[in-house]
This record gives sequence, structure tokens and C-alpha cells, in this order.
Amino acid sequence: MSQLFSKENKEAFFGPLFANNPVAVQVLGICSALAVTAKIEPAIVMGLSVTVIVALSNVIISLLRKSIPNRIRIIVQLVVVAALVTIVSQILKAFAYDVSVQLSVYIGLIITNCILMGRLEAFAMMNGPWESFLDGIGNGLGYAWVLVIVAFFRELFGSGTLFGFQVIPESFYDLGYMNCGIMLTPAASLILVGCIIWFMKAREEKAAKK
Amino acid sequence: MKMNTNSNVYTIVYAAVMVIIVAFLLAFVSSSLKDRQDNNVRKDVKKQILAALNIDATDANVDATYDQVITDNLLNGTELTPVPSEDFKTSYNSEIKSGNYHVFVAKLENGETKYVFPVYGAGLWGPIWGYVSVNEDKNSVYGVSFNHESETAGLGGEITNKKKFQEQFKSKKVLDEAGSIALTVVKNGTAQGDNQCDGIAGATLTSNGVGAMLLGSLGNYKEFLNNK
Repeated sequence: MSQLFSKENKEAFFGPLFANNPVAVQVLGICSALAVTAKIEPAIVMGLSVTVIVALSNVIISLLRKSIPNRIRIIVQLVVVAALVTIVSQILKAFAYDVSVQLSVYIGLIITNCILMGRLEAFAMMNGPWESFLDGIGNGLGYAWVLVIVAFFRELFGSGTLFGFQVIPESFYDLGYMNCGIMLTPAASLILVGCIIWFMKAREEKAAKK
Repeated sequence: MKMNTNSNVYTIVYAAVMVIIVAFLLAFVSSSLKDRQDNNVRKDVKKQILAALNIDATDANVDATYDQVITDNLLNGTELTPVPSEDFKTSYNSEIKSGNYHVFVAKLENGETKYVFPVYGAGLWGPIWGYVSVNEDKNSVYGVSFNHESETAGLGGEITNKKKFQEQFKSKKVLDEAGSIALTVVKNGTAQGDNQCDGIAGATLTSNGVGAMLLGSLGNYKEFLNNK
């Protein structure tokens, strides 16, 4: 049991949450971070779907890693990811239809999310299934929290709502307050992701000085 | 003996086996979930039709409510022919091409009759569609519901917003005085008269798409609407 949660394994799980965050530090998966963050709800579902898919594909690739022919390893990784994404999207369609309608094209785009290929190539090809599973969950959640924070600000300032409920009262609008249109465009998420990267870097430097 | 994972034969066999396994897996998943998915799609369409009549249905009661309120009809000239409900259609665009126009006739609980027309068009990024219900006078709008596949969330995606966008269609007129289809969407803040509705600021192309969709799809029903 102690071996299951050894220092390295804890690092594999907690590292990607902050110090080695896939979006803020590894700068992977930015494209989808721009696309699905105009509202919080799709951001959360997207974050969770990516978490599940990275974890599962990490485990599968890690189990197969000794048998995969080196020359076609990227293709093998891609096939595993694409198959998993297709299955997840089919399951969502059958059991959570509303969510699948909301995510529409983005669920398919998980296939091209760089986090997946990045983690498969960099971690799962060299480590055992359990470590890879932790690494996948860690990276997925690291991706998810950045998405949710970006979506929080974009929805709040762009539409004046959170989870679809109006939070900025009508009286503000009567006084001349206006929703910030730029928050709804992908450009705003780049700025927000930039701020998060800035914050993470500053924190890192502070920790290094100590 | 350690297998040479770099040999050509191994690579080809590996790829072939992998593809076959994955193909079987996907085929199995797809065929075992198909009924459920089709059922979900049907329920969703029924919900959208009911939404155009301002009825909020839940997953549990949508089938019953639909059967109670609505009959599906095909339009021949100006005559309506009922279609058996087991032929329930979820996609109208291919049917429209072959000249079959659906009219859903609704008998509400208070005895009023409404006509619901499916509309179908293109937004900025992908298809948009919806349902428009009109009162018995075949002119004033009773309610609408719009949906889209991939419009920008928060901008074009707002066409699904009941309060912000769809409410304004209520009691607008489909026909102008000359009897042509005139219900449409114009630039935000410039709507005038009985036929125009405000578009969404920042989503001009999607709004234009909704306008064009209404003019185009409702055009198929011009004769029916003018035949009082």
C-alpha cells in the first residue's frame, strides 16, 4: 500500500496540478482552453471528459508499452485515444444526451488535445500502469481547474451569469453597466490564460528563492 | 526469446490486429447503444416542438405530452394529411427536398389550435434549426424554439435563450400585408413593425442565418398560411 502512494507517485499526481500544470507550465491543450470556456458548465464537463480519457489511455498505452513497435507508436497512441473518445461520446449520447448536445463538436476535438499525446509519449511509454493512471488524473485535473477559472471570469464578465444564472443584478445594467464583449471572444481566454501563467511563474520563483 | 518489435512483419501484424480489435469494439458499442441514442434524439425533437408551444416537457413526460397534444401532418398543396406517429421523423431537410412539408397541429389543453412548422437553415459555423408555432389565424406567432449545432457560446449560441431572444417573436406576424412571408431578424436595435425581430449584438451572422432560415423555410408554407 505504501508503495502505491510513494513519493514518486504523489509527484506524478500532484505535480501536474500546479508545478507542472499542463496548460500553464507545459502550455499544452491551449486550443481547447480557448474554445469551451465561454461558459462554466461545458468547461467542467470538458475537463472531466479529458481527465477520464487521459487516465484510461495512459493506462492502456502503459500496459502495451513493451509491445508497441517503435516506428508506429504515435499511430498506436492515436488509435487508442480516438477509440476511447468515440466510446465516451457514444456513451454520453446514450446516457447524458443534454451534455453531449452541449459539447457537440468539442468532444471529438479531445482527440487532438495535445495533453493526451504529450502525456502518452512523455510518461505512459516509460512508466507502469498505476503511475500512468495517476499522471493522467493529475494532468486532467490540472487542465480542468485552469479551464474552470478561465470560464468563471469569461462567463461572469462576458454574460453576467454563472452556470447560466444571472448574478449581476439588473440594476447594474440600468446604471449603464455593460457586459464586456471581448470576454466572449477567444482572445479573452488567451489573456486570462496568460494571467494564470504569470501567477504560476511568480509563485514558482518565490518558492525557488526560499 | 525476445521478440523483435522493430521487424516489418511484427509491425504490420500489430497494426492489423489493433485495427481489427478497435473496429469490433466500436461497432459493438455503437450497435448496443443505438436504440437508446435514437430514443434520446426523438425525445429531444419532441421537446423542441413542445418548446415552440411554450410547453416545458421533462424526459419522463415528453412522450405522453407529445402524443396528447400533437398530431403530425404532411402538407399537400393546402391540404393536411395525418402521418402515423410511428413514422416520427427527426430530420426534415431531406424530406423537404422531396417536397414533403411537415405541419404539426397542436390542440392545447384550453382547446386552442396551433400550427407548428419546422424551420431549417445555416448559422455561422453549422446548421441551425427550430420550430415556429402560429395561432389559428395562421399569421401571429405563438412561440418559437431555436437550436444550433456549433454557434459560439454566449454570442450566436444565445438564439437558444428563451428570455433574451425567443420571447420577442411572440405575437409578431409571419405574413406582411401582401401575404408574403416577412417574419425575419434584423440588426440589433433596429426592429420595426410587426414582422421584424432584433438580432443579437455581436452575433450578426448567426442572426442573419435565423432571419434567412425563417424566410426560406416558412416560404414552403406560404400557400397554406394564406389559405384562411
